[in-house]
Amino acid sequence: MKRRKSSSTPARLGIYAFLAGAALFFLLPLYVMLVTSLKPMDEIRLGHIFALPLQITLEPWRDAWSGACTGVACEGIRGGFWNSVAIAVPATILPIVLGALNGYALSFWRPRGANILFAILMAGAFIPVQVMMFPLVRVLGALGLFGSLPGIVLVHLIFSMPVLTLLFRNYYAALPQELFQAARIDGGGFLRIFVQLMLPMSLPIIVVAAIMQVTGVWNDYILGLVFAGRDNLPMTVQLNNVINTTTGTRLYNVNMAATILTSLVPLAIYFISGRWFVRGIAAGAVKG
Amino acid sequence: MRIRHPIRKAVPFAALLPLALTVVVGYLGTVLWSLKVSLSNSRSFPSDTFVGLAQYARLFENERWLLSLHNLALYGILFIAACMVIGFLLAVLIDQNVSGEGVLRTVFLYPYAMSFVATGLVWQWMLTPGSGIESALHAFGFPDARLDWIVDQDKVMYTIVIATVWQASGLVMALMLAGLRGIDDEIWKAARLDGIPAWRVYLSIVLPMLGPTIATVFLLLSSAVVKLFDAVVAMTQGGPGTASEVPAKFIMDHLFGRANIALASAGAVMLLVPVLALLAPYAYARSRKGRA
Repeated sequence: MKRRKSSSTPARLGIYAFLAGAALFFLLPLYVMLVTSLKPMDEIRLGHIFALPLQITLEPWRDAWSGACTGVACEGIRGGFWNSVAIAVPATILPIVLGALNGYALSFWRPRGANILFAILMAGAFIPVQVMMFPLVRVLGALGLFGSLPGIVLVHLIFSMPVLTLLFRNYYAALPQELFQAARIDGGGFLRIFVQLMLPMSLPIIVVAAIMQVTGVWNDYILGLVFAGRDNLPMTVQLNNVINTTTGTRLYNVNMAATILTSLVPLAIYFISGRWFVRGIAAGAVKG
Repeated sequence: MRIRHPIRKAVPFAALLPLALTVVVGYLGTVLWSLKVSLSNSRSFPSDTFVGLAQYARLFENERWLLSLHNLALYGILFIAACMVIGFLLAVLIDQNVSGEGVLRTVFLYPYAMSFVATGLVWQWMLTPGSGIESALHAFGFPDARLDWIVDQDKVMYTIVIATVWQASGLVMALMLAGLRGIDDEIWKAARLDGIPAWRVYLSIVLPMLGPTIATVFLLLSSAVVKLFDAVVAMTQGGPGTASEVPAKFIMDHLFGRANIALASAGAVMLLVPVLALLAPYAYARSRKGRA
């Protein structure tokens, strides 16, 4: 299967040495996070950052989850975890349903003018959110949605529409057109073909889209910061508040435990989904 | 047929209504609105008084804004160059039929699954003078070693480059590797027959063939550069002083903290310039391809 035989041994050794070195560099922050989160503060002050913990403690993890302070409140980041869940579930399901509907309509029905809308939508994917920030705040305010759960879900819907529409449009474009024609001849209408024929065939791309969307929404910071409102702040925003807005001594072990906890959901998705994750990146990256 | 024809024809249009609303209100409308605000003298509240380009003139007299542009340019060049070189190198080496490919790919790409906030916070901790990596250098027998870039006004941008390159170069590796795997085996056979060394094939034949992949990667990385915000907030909050200020953060601060929405909008509109400059050649290439 492979084109080149392994060349001289020293060259192979060099390749492996370089790759191993690179792998160590990439793993270092994960290692540092983990060992720091398991040390008591005394050990962090006396020892060095790469040292293994002499005495493993889970106290920082408990503090990070339910005791760390942001300003006057000391409730940890568990509230942020549940807020992120409450945001991520609807902000994954709704955009995927709409993205699939858009992709289906664009690929098979091709209403007049739809391609222009699609082109603008694609360009929109590159616009920094700051350009739309103030008007969106005003529009959501006028709708009474600013600083609410439906508001932040709507904002995620708007900002994820380009990539999700693209994903489904490309997926449907690769399906044979005859399939659709046959369904039309059998008298299938717009919605019936979508629900009974297309959606069941879309399972692989739905999985890819869900992986991308959950990860993206979970890792979002700026939209949650502005639009979610005080009662719905996602985990990333609370994490940053815990670490960067506390006064007094920094509890590095608690901070690192909180950072791992915040990254746990996307990392778990990444390690479990493996190739699917990469497929999502590739499908989303290869535009048009 | 149960539904009469005109209605049936209208259904696809109705289904695309959310898309149309998003494009017209969510994207076009908000951008035009920002443009309008940037031409007014609004401060805390929007005002309709038209002041022409006065806000833009003020913007380019604002030292913080000029500094943020300078930082963004420096960051952009270093970040894109480093991601490209590291990503390409890793992809080429992984493509040498190495064992453990799956593990290596997983290791190089996992940072991409983390948020910029988490990335920024870990690197902030590792680069903290006195207790981060510096403490390890001291313990390993370099008592004079200093690693205080994150509190050094002249070097703080480099720390943001390091953290974000760590996060994004795995993505470049994954895309480049996919590109390498798409190259025809015949090319390698022909090159070997002619006795051309592998590095030469990579530089002179494979790299040009990866053109479309490289263009995609460049577009992705540059749009990430323009949007740079989370990592800076998490790592340095723009400090020390204003030394790691970036445009996206300048805009946010003036929108919400400093209540100067007209100046912020002028800055936001200026952010559109690099975006359009990036998209224009891409759109041009596509329209030419479409005609051919």
